Amino acid sequence: MTGNPHQSDRARQSGAELPFDRPLAIEARGLVKRFEGFTAVDGVDLSVPAGSVYGILGPNGAGKTTTLRMLLGIIDPDSGYRRILGSDRPHDVAHAIGYLPEERGLYPSMKATEAIAFLGALRGLPLKEGRRRAHELLERHGLGYAADRQIRQLSKGMAQQVQILGTLVHRPRLVIFDEPFSGLDALNQGKLEAMMRGLAQDGATVIFSTHVIAHAERLCDEVAIIAGGKVPFAGPVDLARDRIPAQVRLETRALQGAWRAALPADVRQDGQFWHFALPDSGIEPLLRALIAGEAGILSLSIERAGLHDAFVAIAGEAAARALEEEKPEEPRR
Amino acid sequence: MIPDSHDDSHQGRLSALSAAWVVARRDFTAILFSRTFFFFLLGPLFPLIVGALAGSVGNQVEHSTERPEVGVIMIGAEADAMVRARDGLADRLGQDLPGLIVLKRLAPGEHADPAAAMAGKEGNIAAILSGSLEAPVLTGPRDQIAAWSGDVAMIAAQAKQASVAPWPQVRLETTVSSRVNDRKSRLRTAQGAQTLLFLLTMMLAGMVLSNLVEEKANKIIEVLAAAIPMEAVFFGKLFAMLGVSLVGIATWAAVGGGLYMLAESAVPSLPDPAVGWPMLVLLGILYFSMAYLLLGSVFLSIGSLANTVREVQTLSMPVTMMQLMLFFFATYAMTQPGSTIEMVAALFPFSSPFAMLARAAQDPALLPHLGAVLWQGLWVLLLVRLGSGLFRMRVMKSGAQGSKGKRRWWPARRRAAKL
Repeated sequence: MTGNPHQSDRARQSGAELPFDRPLAIEARGLVKRFEGFTAVDGVDLSVPAGSVYGILGPNGAGKTTTLRMLLGIIDPDSGYRRILGSDRPHDVAHAIGYLPEERGLYPSMKATEAIAFLGALRGLPLKEGRRRAHELLERHGLGYAADRQIRQLSKGMAQQVQILGTLVHRPRLVIFDEPFSGLDALNQGKLEAMMRGLAQDGATVIFSTHVIAHAERLCDEVAIIAGGKVPFAGPVDLARDRIPAQVRLETRALQGAWRAALPADVRQDGQFWHFALPDSGIEPLLRALIAGEAGILSLSIERAGLHDAFVAIAGEAAARALEEEKPEEPRR
Repeated sequence: MIPDSHDDSHQGRLSALSAAWVVARRDFTAILFSRTFFFFLLGPLFPLIVGALAGSVGNQVEHSTERPEVGVIMIGAEADAMVRARDGLADRLGQDLPGLIVLKRLAPGEHADPAAAMAGKEGNIAAILSGSLEAPVLTGPRDQIAAWSGDVAMIAAQAKQASVAPWPQVRLETTVSSRVNDRKSRLRTAQGAQTLLFLLTMMLAGMVLSNLVEEKANKIIEVLAAAIPMEAVFFGKLFAMLGVSLVGIATWAAVGGGLYMLAESAVPSLPDPAVGWPMLVLLGILYFSMAYLLLGSVFLSIGSLANTVREVQTLSMPVTMMQLMLFFFATYAMTQPGSTIEMVAALFPFSSPFAMLARAAQDPALLPHLGAVLWQGLWVLLLVRLGSGLFRMRVMKSGAQGSKGKRRWWPARRRAAKL
């Protein structure tokens, strides 16, 4: 898949930086999905390197779930192309994929072990082996006591953990999580983050959708920012941050002087503090000018833009506001 | 929460058949050990209990209603002769003869007005017999006296003889059926088989629909759809319910067979079908399976369009009515063997199982059944594909539903229902 001819110019135009040196677990070009006259996904391009943790970041309704469903073959795109683990037909590689949907669901009357084994069986894992692994996984994650309990007897959080274990019981090479952190308390969010990192370390590719930037920032090697059904950016997190110049925060004793000519025109003053974007020429010429102009530097820091700032710059204020509105879904405590 | 590193050593891509099997196995086990199945097993008891109650009440009503009788106003000796003759005939012909009640014994030469006697009588006297044995007169409402005139004439003829003539003994030689009765008997068998097939089909197709809606409510359907093709999900569900129903039918058959063996002499024997009982039972199972799969696949398609039980009820009502009409159509077609109507009923997929089962009861040819089963199977495949396609098109969407024209911004979409 390296150097795939499908890695089109369109992807570059959309801002995606394609890693030609790594095989791709997922490659999608120009995915479009319309529902009754409404375009949910409008020409999405994705290139997910194998073995990476990849985040799809956007507010609810941006097209994340629809994109994931198209990648998984739950629904077919109206147009566009997708290739999952080297196959054009996602169901052909379903045995190597794990999927945790946003709306969790298990059979309430099933016992935890059986539920995990059943999810494995759907992915081609023999039931007997699935049961053996289910017991092992439940024990390892401190849920051994619940192995023979029905799902309806478990708390929501425990049922969610059972489903996560069921998503992984067949040891998939590609794991797709749709909003995996919603509904989890802080402790379990931390566990899940650790698990996702562990999966990637073991060579699996992890994709998750989220509207919580902090998760993406902590976990992801690469992100796709999705807004209004389009992907204005896809690539390494650092590349997204680099879209915004680093911010300089300067504190001076003097408030007036010739040194002020060295500051950019759009500088923002807050008492003795000056905030401005790091000039293209770098910090050293500026420092020299400040010292020569006797600005009396009390402190100076250069802050690299966060993913949130990058998101605002890339997706726009409206998307950022929509994202902010959903923040209540952050950890339950 | 990190499982062992990924490996494919235990697994590979599931074939569509294996995938359907995984779903069917889960559903079959879950339903078989559920309360639903228990009630399903008890299902046939309800019509039996209702039937028995209705029969009992009917008998009670019949017994409490007095049978109409004929009042006799004749010369004393003739009136007594009529009553004796009537009782003698009733012993041999059964109780269908009207009862005779002597109202008045006339003296020779005495006259009475039957119309006045009729008007003055209460109770269950429906007509008045007067006149003589040679010229009996029956007075009463037109329909009643017309129905009884033959009986009264026969009783009078018998009464004229001094004693009841000895009747010759008739030797009885039984056959399985007479040529004359064959068609009528087989029609009854066919109708019985059709009705049983229809009732079973309706009951089970409804169950598969509930099962799918429940699955949507449990949010499991997306997990299934992501792992295996929707067609496999649909087939798994259909065949699981078919398996459950066959277990149910086997249970009923075992219980019914046991009861039959216990009360063999009390149960009237059913007329033999044209293809013979073993083949009819085999074809019955086959056509039941096909009828159920056809209707079940339609109901699954409905389930794919509906999100709530109320929507399911609304959508399934027309299908149920349509199925009822098709059942009547197939029943009517059964009475016209070899006609175009029968051919249409056999070809139209939803009436085909009913029409073909009726045909099996009346016509010994087996080859048409092979063609019919293949034809119906083809339709099951088509309907499942259609249903799963609809499901993927209409259900698995997370965007705004029904917003036409220009796209709205996020707040509008956030309100959109997810699966």
